[in-house]
Amino acid sequence: MSNVLVCIKRVPDLGGEISLTADAMAVDDSSLGHTVSPHEDCAVELAIQVAKDTGGTATVLTLGSSDAVEQLRNALALGCTAAVLVEADAGAFGPADVAAAIADVVRAHEAAGTSYDLVLLGNDASDTGDFQVGVRLSYLLDRPVVTGVSTLSVSGDRVDVRGSSPDGGTEIFDVALPAVLTVSEGGVEPRYPSIPGRMKAKKIAVEEVVPTHEPAGPGRRRLKLPPLQPSQVEVLGEGPAAAGAVVDLLEKLGVVR
Amino acid sequence: MSPATHAAVLVLVETDGGGATEVSRETLTFVRGLDADVHALVVGDGPSGLVDQLGAYGVSVVHHADGDAFTSYAAAAWAAAVVAAVGDATVVTAAGTPRGNEVLAHVACRLGVTMAANVVEVDSTSPLVVSRQVLGGSALEEIALTDGVAVFSVAGHACDPAEAETSTTPVVHPIDVAVSDADLRARVVRTEPGEPDESGGLKAARVVVGAGRGAGGADGFADLLELTELLDASLGVSRVVTSLGWRPHHEQVGQTGSRVSPDLYVACGISGAIQHWAGMSSSKTILAINTDPDAPMVTKAHYAVIGDLHEIVPAINEELRRRRS
Repeated sequence: MSNVLVCIKRVPDLGGEISLTADAMAVDDSSLGHTVSPHEDCAVELAIQVAKDTGGTATVLTLGSSDAVEQLRNALALGCTAAVLVEADAGAFGPADVAAAIADVVRAHEAAGTSYDLVLLGNDASDTGDFQVGVRLSYLLDRPVVTGVSTLSVSGDRVDVRGSSPDGGTEIFDVALPAVLTVSEGGVEPRYPSIPGRMKAKKIAVEEVVPTHEPAGPGRRRLKLPPLQPSQVEVLGEGPAAAGAVVDLLEKLGVVR
Repeated sequence: MSPATHAAVLVLVETDGGGATEVSRETLTFVRGLDADVHALVVGDGPSGLVDQLGAYGVSVVHHADGDAFTSYAAAAWAAAVVAAVGDATVVTAAGTPRGNEVLAHVACRLGVTMAANVVEVDSTSPLVVSRQVLGGSALEEIALTDGVAVFSVAGHACDPAEAETSTTPVVHPIDVAVSDADLRARVVRTEPGEPDESGGLKAARVVVGAGRGAGGADGFADLLELTELLDASLGVSRVVTSLGWRPHHEQVGQTGSRVSPDLYVACGISGAIQHWAGMSSSKTILAINTDPDAPMVTKAHYAVIGDLHEIVPAINEELRRRRS
């Protein structure tokens, strides 16, 4: 039986253009929907699979405002069995702070009788792209960590882990539990929530935790957007009649063999 | 001449059969802007000629970590080697690859410092302030690295790789690394070759034919694949294409797929969402084929053809064949 903790983050669901808040410290998300990163969708899927395969549990955790309960409920609807909200201003937490807050929850649950064989995270959040919360968490918990995981298989007290190698192949790790893994998109297909799943999710109580850790912050001074470039597109034509102009361009660029 | 702001910058160099990888050579080029001695760390066997190549990029000291602990990859062991090689370096960097970011995250933990991933600009050297990509490269975050040692990775294509004006003859410095059992707890136990890849070396391709939702289905790629063959190009797809199962994930271009910077990107039926744009916006020329003249991909492209890719791409293929014959 494996208990899994999977960590997700509420992020703006970006469309075509980004605008910033007046102080340039955050994305203006007042008119945007919210989601989690694709990597985290896959981490949730793997957590649910491991819990089902081993008869264990899958607890989903996020750090953020009470609005992030929406993302926790989505994960519960998919098959996670419990949820934890670490209620805090996510913008004030840097990657080391987030790792410390997650570690505190792991230790507190362990003291209360629930230990996690696996902690899964996304490889990097789609907004901040810090690439380090999982590694920092592993140091705080003194557990092995593998990043960029595509698939995994738990067997007894070990986990077989697969991820991409730099040459395009696959690297396989055999790691003792408990462990921390960060997941990259591409290994599994996230499931969709069922209506019964959504109904069940509404009834599950979300544990709320207030972090005791005083955040050092991300070190952000400001965000910057690239200057808007006026459109300089040259329309070569419409429909198949433009094929000649396209091939002229390809020849001019020197890309025709 | 004013004294250097930083005594030395240490670069973790990744290698392939040809020497330092292109992204590592970009990193070596990027850090020369810090006005510091450039030191490199090579882990394991380096390819022949590597030291001379690093000298051409201005490296004055090559630290070399070798031994049983490095025969297969373990991020924590590599990080132990980086820490052992730091010496008087006040900046530690690597390319912003999965491996570079992973090892630097370990290094930052061991040194107890901040880490900034995917830096593209140095705004100030004293104090060290850098700008790094966030939101998949659609925005930049300015961040101050004021801890004792600044740790950051350099985003791919932050600069073009260029040899130094004056090459050096590096001193090679073998280092002893204390690797603990804990450092080897997560170690590669075996590797398997990649699947046959119709994306054809996507990251290094000179021409990429991109396809999005407009392809219409898994059976909608025949003409696009023919175009890739005619142009000796690679196929790259948007996330929706892989999410719908039309094409495999390793062909995905974007924030959670490959980052490409070809001479030409032909975006067929791709609307141009930020997440896809993040993966191909550094293409030198972008040609968009789309039914919607107001789609972001069209308005941001250099050239566009308005219409259905299923009519336009076969016509282009036919014209290419006609001119070839």
